[in-house]
Amino acid sequence: MIRYAVRRCAALPVTLLAIITLSFFLMRLAPGGPFDAEQGTPPEIKANLQAAYGLDQPLPLQYARYLRGLLHGEFGPSFKLRDVSVAELIARGFPISATLGLAALCAALLIGVPLGLGAALGRDGWADHAATALSTFALAVPGFVVGPFLALAFGVHLHWLPVAGWQPDVRHLLLPVATLALPAIAHIARLTRGGLLEVLRTDYVRTARAKGLSEAEVILRHALRPALLPVVSFLGPAIAALVTGSLVVETVFGLPGTGRYLVEGAINRDYTLVMGMVIVYGALTLCANLGADLLYGWLDPRMRHA
Amino acid sequence: MPGLWSAALQRLRGDRRALGALALLALIVVAAVCGPLLSPYSFDHLDWQHIAVPPQLAAAHWLGTDRLGRDLLVRTLSGVRISLAIGLTATLVSVVVGIAWGATSGYAGGRTDGFMMRAVDVLNALPYLFIVIALTTLFGRGNLIALFAAIGAVGWITMARIVRGQALALKHRDFIEAARASGGAPAHILTRHVIPNVLGPVIVYAALTVPQMIVFESFLSFLGLGVQEPLASLGSLIRDGAQEMEAAPWLLAVPAGVLLLLLLSFNLLGDGLHDALDPREP
Repeated sequence: MIRYAVRRCAALPVTLLAIITLSFFLMRLAPGGPFDAEQGTPPEIKANLQAAYGLDQPLPLQYARYLRGLLHGEFGPSFKLRDVSVAELIARGFPISATLGLAALCAALLIGVPLGLGAALGRDGWADHAATALSTFALAVPGFVVGPFLALAFGVHLHWLPVAGWQPDVRHLLLPVATLALPAIAHIARLTRGGLLEVLRTDYVRTARAKGLSEAEVILRHALRPALLPVVSFLGPAIAALVTGSLVVETVFGLPGTGRYLVEGAINRDYTLVMGMVIVYGALTLCANLGADLLYGWLDPRMRHA
Repeated sequence: MPGLWSAALQRLRGDRRALGALALLALIVVAAVCGPLLSPYSFDHLDWQHIAVPPQLAAAHWLGTDRLGRDLLVRTLSGVRISLAIGLTATLVSVVVGIAWGATSGYAGGRTDGFMMRAVDVLNALPYLFIVIALTTLFGRGNLIALFAAIGAVGWITMARIVRGQALALKHRDFIEAARASGGAPAHILTRHVIPNVLGPVIVYAALTVPQMIVFESFLSFLGLGVQEPLASLGSLIRDGAQEMEAAPWLLAVPAGVLLLLLLSFNLLGDGLHDALDPREP
């Protein structure tokens, strides 16, 4: 297990460096400089701006400086927002995005797993069909459709919950988290249902039943752990999906998280901001995938030797 | 092979949900292709007599108009056109690249496989969306070609993984060994023996990729990074509709409803194809 963990962890910095390098050179290849949009800037001032941001230096030197900055947690200044560094923007937005993401992940697991178990145990019953239909629907409907409709129903018509905005208060979190968690709940319920049905067909479950264990014991002691393996391997992609979904949710509900900065950065062509966000989100996804893989390896010893 | 395909076709014919989805899909496609040609309005025509009128079947604008008096029906249908075009092109690109990459990697094995899959892992580590956002930042917004390319370029990753897994499993099967023993060149074995045998999962996944790509494009347009005014895609219509949902809810409901129908029918069709082509579980 330790060797497996070390091997997996060793790959992480390499992949991260590849992402950093890729996004750095992509951004520098971009047609046009970041200050082209400012009409009527005299060439001297433009040259000064370029020098101030270090853009007049040779590319390899810029790359080395950027890497050194990253090691100190510096992502450089934002090109469009005056006097703010990208690191400050990330520090400002991250707590909000993280709260949102973690709440959605917990909701997805706490609702999705029991839902899937229920559907599998009542296989082909009405509850199973209802759960399957609902999850098909929830998976097909994108968040940017669900979000506005939830806001319209619960915010505008019923006045139960705030339509948008951010306060550290559960009521402001409820609709965004619901929007974000819905597809993950559906996915996890499906995986749990499929996993449990698969395991219930195996010989060792038949053995457990044959030796006279109660159905609850069979499920809890023999079937549950292997049945949840697909869910565990889905955790990495699920976190990536939550990260992506947070862009929508933050836009729809007007939350000042990192996702909003990324979208605004992309619209304003703020290269350093977009690059910093891509690197942060890339690292986050990598770590999530690594964590899910390690958990999987711990749960299923066969994986360690693959 | 014909046995497999005709059996699959037969199973698909018996699947009422998949057939219903197919019919709905055909209806939407025909409406999207022909509708804008038959309508008296164009997608960017401003009708100052009818500003933000709600849907009314007997009126001049069946599904109402937006704040600028543009006909919502025509705008939605031309939005479907753009969404479908992007979805299908991106899927085609991802199928071709994914099969080529995955089959080569899986069949070659060894160090080549390790290197090719490492590249896929790096790309896969980034959520799709960030690559596309980085690319749209690069090329500026509203560049449709760049949008097509960006979406297609990241769509092939899962396809490559699926094909590689299948190729890896096929590699040591007797008929491949036989083809190799009788002197077939690797390229010949790949195109004649490996790829035909991975087509089943590829078709299923391709059918599920189309709605993913449509969502993806709508998502970018929703964020304001995709299709730009005066062009409309379902995503940008939903974005505009969401901003005025209190005063004019139909502006949100119509494009959102059409998008849902489109996605549901593609997903049901994909599920049907999955059951038809992979009949392990009755």
